[in-house]
Amino acid sequence: MSGVIDDHGHVGHDEHATHGPARGLMRWVLTTNHKDIGTLYLWFSFAMFLLGGSFAMVIRAELFQPGLHIVEPAFFNQMTTMHGLVMVFGAVMPAFVGLANWMIPLMIGAPDMALPRMNNFSFWLLPAAFALMVSTLFMPGGGPNFGWTFYAPLSTTYGPESVTFFIFAIHMMGISSIMGAINVISTILNLRAPGMTLMKMPLFVWTWLITAFLLIAVMPVLAGCVTMMLMDIHFGTSFFNAAGGGDPVLFQHVFWFFGHPEVYIMILPAFGAVSAIIPAFSRKPLFGYTSMVYATASIAFLSFIVWGHHMFVVGIPLVGELFYMYATMLIAVPTGVKVFNWVSTMWQGSLTFETPMLFAVAFVILFSIGGFSGLMLAMAPADFQYHGTYFVVAHFHYVLVPGAIFGIFASTYYWLPKWTGHMYDETLGKLHFWLSFIGMNLTFFPMHFVGLAGMPRRVPDYNLQFANFNMVSSIGGFMFGVTQLLFLFIVIKCIRSGPPAPAKPWDGAEGLEWSIPSPAPYHTFTTPPEVK
Amino acid sequence: MATHEHYYVPAQSKWPIIATTGMLITMFGLGTWFNDLKAARPDSHGPLIFFVGGLLLAYMLFGWFGTVIKESRSGLYSAQMDRSFRWGMSWFIFSEVMFFIAFFGALFYVRNLSVPWLAGDGGAKGVITHLLWPDFQNAWPLLHNPDPKIFPGPKETISPWGLPLLNTVLLVSSSVTVTIAHHALKNGHRGALKLWLAFTILLGLGFLSFQAKEYIHAYHELGLTLGSGIYGATFFMLTGFHGAHVTIGTLILFVMLMRVMRGHFNAEHQFGFEAASWYWHFVDVVWICLFVFVYVL
Repeated sequence: MSGVIDDHGHVGHDEHATHGPARGLMRWVLTTNHKDIGTLYLWFSFAMFLLGGSFAMVIRAELFQPGLHIVEPAFFNQMTTMHGLVMVFGAVMPAFVGLANWMIPLMIGAPDMALPRMNNFSFWLLPAAFALMVSTLFMPGGGPNFGWTFYAPLSTTYGPESVTFFIFAIHMMGISSIMGAINVISTILNLRAPGMTLMKMPLFVWTWLITAFLLIAVMPVLAGCVTMMLMDIHFGTSFFNAAGGGDPVLFQHVFWFFGHPEVYIMILPAFGAVSAIIPAFSRKPLFGYTSMVYATASIAFLSFIVWGHHMFVVGIPLVGELFYMYATMLIAVPTGVKVFNWVSTMWQGSLTFETPMLFAVAFVILFSIGGFSGLMLAMAPADFQYHGTYFVVAHFHYVLVPGAIFGIFASTYYWLPKWTGHMYDETLGKLHFWLSFIGMNLTFFPMHFVGLAGMPRRVPDYNLQFANFNMVSSIGGFMFGVTQLLFLFIVIKCIRSGPPAPAKPWDGAEGLEWSIPSPAPYHTFTTPPEVK
Repeated sequence: MATHEHYYVPAQSKWPIIATTGMLITMFGLGTWFNDLKAARPDSHGPLIFFVGGLLLAYMLFGWFGTVIKESRSGLYSAQMDRSFRWGMSWFIFSEVMFFIAFFGALFYVRNLSVPWLAGDGGAKGVITHLLWPDFQNAWPLLHNPDPKIFPGPKETISPWGLPLLNTVLLVSSSVTVTIAHHALKNGHRGALKLWLAFTILLGLGFLSFQAKEYIHAYHELGLTLGSGIYGATFFMLTGFHGAHVTIGTLILFVMLMRVMRGHFNAEHQFGFEAASWYWHFVDVVWICLFVFVYVL
């Protein structure tokens, strides 16, 4: 098999494979190249990370001291809502799709993604969707103000007028995600190099295969959910209105049937990346590869039957509370398998701590903290106390920031030499890590305490007793936020200069992506490699 | 995994960005339209913006599919490429299944849990919710809503043994006829292919016109509307989205008929046709679930 790259609008020959990209802006607008599209996703994700981060800065500035100081409560609500939506749909998910685009074809020896034009469509829908969503902030009545979970009837009966545009923005993001996932899954199932059997695939590919399945299974349910909202708002249906026989709790069931797998969509690819990085810097093969695959699949399966644990206090039957409680706790088993395997990989390894490894080790430790607070929340009677407090905020930020985001940072540093052909500045990389590590823990660790003491989430003012911890959180938040500009500087510096990177800059790294030169040529594996 | 001659990676394409632009304009127009309708603002620009976006999307569909058909006919697509399309279509249909599951899930939830709770059944859960509307009775089809002033219930509902049964017969037979057409294609009987494919499209159109008739009957005579409480909401959303899918499926089959007329497809290269028939069977299966769970039970 050889890839035929049609660079000139006609049937190309193999020598065309050596041709570089088109020139100018239209290269990025019209591209079908998986590396270009991966780059676009990653930059878009970073832009959204800064935008969502700036919303977080507004939140932390308001909460710096008790009392209302900087923004109106109504605007504060829009900030918490948009921060969540932008970070989930704009920063974390596109970052992983970007990594998938760049790395999956390189890891399985494919010439490109399976459906390259659709790939371009998946990407460009996202800036369009976010233009629509962020524009709601400037509309009469303001933007979405009902929290990122947009519970009915807050978002239907009592929502601002702009909620209609929010619904259509969600539809566009959903279409983008579904097409992206179909592309990933078709690529993995159909474009692997000869000899690359399923159980030889790198774990990043495995975790993305399962993530893509989750995406295709739950994004349509989210589409159904916002469609019911749209109908309730504009066409008089009563899905979420008990006066017509519907039920607001139905909204929560439909939303969390999407929402719970969604949190695994945001973490499984990070699991995969960390499973590549820890062996590389331990100079040992991954411990328990097969069990990692089965653990990932088990987590994905369980993610479909635990959504009710988000709804312990809304009033579900006792049998439901018990079922969701036990099923949720069960997730700790496959997750424990993973953490055990990562630690065992490091055990007696020849460890070095370059920036990707620092982020990966911090990932294992801090994600486990987020996992443990998740176990506390999984206990229905305990959740009655914690629900709606800052303890929940602390929990999901511990799985998302040092989990998903640190996973993305680790992957970026790990693969930057492959993308740019230069080594990044190791000193600055380590500085970025330590400032992020300290900033992030300063921000979110105190939230456990204020949460357990009863501080409610999504409120712009608070009782005096929480003042000190909130000030610490805000200082940490500003520190974490500013640090990310350093990350931007490091990446730009690495693109423009730096020592040339060899094909395999990490001596312990494994995988096909290191068999091609750095930077990766525009077209790779037009003839698939033989995998033994 | 077998090895193949080549995997075609297309050049730069303008279609995706046109699709994105078209979709953004369409969505913005639709949102503007809906909001202006709700606020009763006259002279809305929404319909015009929506129409422009729709035109752009239609242009994109013709252009993008046209390009793919041209590439396919010039022999650029290998067997491996064909498998990518097959995976792509299969997972797309799976995503559609999940979309319908959201609405079926809502139906099962209200029928079996939330409506009985509202009427006071289900132990402690029912005791609390029953306080809201003490006179409310559990029933399905739900003809008397908890608050009939806001949501007047339907007078009666559609009997499954009239038009719905006829439509079941039509749609199930259309699944058979499309399969006969497919076999004719495989065996090179072009005449039979055209005949059975055209017949399938007619059955689809028949289904749609009977459904339109049923909707008119429901709205004008039965008082069964989108606004007549949860029964009307689930009924129209499930059957409506299914009807939209039948419409799309009929259009796809029509495009296939046009392609057959122009001599496209042969025993080896026929994925476009096959994908259309997969889609048609999917629509058929959804209908059977609808017939059972929405009309009969």
